[in-house]
Amino acid sequence: MFEFQNPTQPLRIGCGAGFSGDRTDAAAPVVQDLVNGLQTLGGSAVLLFETLAERTLALAQLARVANPLAGYEPLLLDYLRPVLANCLTHGIRIVGNFGAANPLAAAQAIAELARGLNLRAPRIAVVSGDDVRSHPDVLALAQSWSCPLVSANAYLGAQAIANALNAGADIVVCGRVADPALTLGPALAHFAWALDDWDALAGATMAGHLLECGAQVTGGYYADPGFKDLPDLAHVGFPIARIEADGSCTLTKPPGTGGRIDTHTVKEQLLYEIDNPAAYITPDVVADITAARVTELGPDCVRLSGIQGHPGPTHLKVNVCHENGWFAEGEISYAGPRAEGRARLAADLLRTRLPLLSLRVDLIGVSSIWADDAGAVLSALPDAGHTDVRLRIAATHEDKAVAEQLVREVNALYTCGPAGGGGVRTGLRPRLGLVSCLLPQASVPSRFDMWQPETKEENT
Amino acid sequence: MNAAAQTLVVTLDRLAHGRTGDKGNRCNISVIAWREEFWPVLVAQVTEDKVAQLFAPRQPSRVQRYLLPKLQSMNFVIDDVLDGGVNSALNLDSHGKSFSFMLMRLPVEIPKAWKDRLTGPQ
Repeated sequence: MFEFQNPTQPLRIGCGAGFSGDRTDAAAPVVQDLVNGLQTLGGSAVLLFETLAERTLALAQLARVANPLAGYEPLLLDYLRPVLANCLTHGIRIVGNFGAANPLAAAQAIAELARGLNLRAPRIAVVSGDDVRSHPDVLALAQSWSCPLVSANAYLGAQAIANALNAGADIVVCGRVADPALTLGPALAHFAWALDDWDALAGATMAGHLLECGAQVTGGYYADPGFKDLPDLAHVGFPIARIEADGSCTLTKPPGTGGRIDTHTVKEQLLYEIDNPAAYITPDVVADITAARVTELGPDCVRLSGIQGHPGPTHLKVNVCHENGWFAEGEISYAGPRAEGRARLAADLLRTRLPLLSLRVDLIGVSSIWADDAGAVLSALPDAGHTDVRLRIAATHEDKAVAEQLVREVNALYTCGPAGGGGVRTGLRPRLGLVSCLLPQASVPSRFDMWQPETKEENT
Repeated sequence: MNAAAQTLVVTLDRLAHGRTGDKGNRCNISVIAWREEFWPVLVAQVTEDKVAQLFAPRQPSRVQRYLLPKLQSMNFVIDDVLDGGVNSALNLDSHGKSFSFMLMRLPVEIPKAWKDRLTGPQ
């Protein structure tokens, strides 16, 4: 086993996935590049997976309620199967929030995957403490609602991840942690930074911010033909950051992959989901990017430096999700002469038929994204005679049966609506509400435990 | 007439690019200058008021602009335009992901001499 803590040696961190549902073939070239780096540069290497968006965890909690063995990232094994052997052979640590609502079950699934692939048993650490459903402040909040609580998770900091790596974990399975903690944790462990080395902590945090959305920094989510052209977006490479001892970083991607890293792709991701750029708040540090420098060192090689840090907050952000009624939607298409008029007539008819629902109406191809729920934008827009229009109707209601009326009425447009409607699609699903609150850090302890297989071996 | 002949009105996407992010019912949109010399014009003309006007159909409760001159970038934080956010919006694009390109339609007045330095088809 390699000592992970090694401040004079390089640390390289690659991203294998940037959201739940990201590509499963992106990590393999990243891992190959990390292996090459270990052989030429030495040092330590980490592969991270960030698969938890704001509502992903609530959906995972619902999945766990339905099946006690579910509730972790559904693509977990698809992400790890192509890279696990290489990572274990070369000592590349894996850190992910793919544990979602059930990190223990995720750890067990990973152990079984390793066994199935005839690999050595990985040391798997499980980070806990993010689930705060039983915290007194959360219980008090939930009592004031009429809707049942689904999930309550604090954004944990990087310390438990760092401790797990220092204890020799090959794989660290987390639920909710602050996204950049997936990078800051390994950096803390590798460089043994003091916990008040704010500039270094902030630098690694922003390196994590660049990595955590996968291809969003290497040309993914960037292309705009004629304005922002990129090579081979179909095979866009995922990012790798080399973190320096001062917290600055240099971003690259595996050779032979598509996309591009330049100052513009990096700036777009640097400012992604930022509020005040002088105070990007994470559990471990408040980062200030106003003096940041983004420098192109060569093709597909950009350095980020000049990040400043300030002491972290006293409180942790918590996302609380609750059941929130039902969401129904339906679509139908009209084409040819007076198509827009027929789509508008269908919407009027649905309003008459569904008096209990407040309908959102979109005419896809005419006005949809930019319009408002109340319909003011659409009603101010005269019928322009569009000849290829898809009507979309959406509504919510606390009572499933009422929401379902929308689905039925859109279907009924086939025979009872205006002429020539086709291609009905409908959907009905439970809706979640999300409330964010703050809890004192001291009241939300986090820890890691090395996962042990449950001793259920037959003693025969 | 003479003054008018020396300037040109183009859409913001010829001068800058950007990306939308969301947290709850709050949306942020970056505006990143393609060239350093465009920066002062963006600061003067891509203002909180202009963005608030552009987003009027979504009834923002507040628009705040942060400037990052070292990166020739600005960050707009726009409150309450996501119909409640990704978990409760009825809008098809509940994240507001497409908003950055709505912002890129903003007209900007530039010196005519910049004509050949603009991004996009000449």
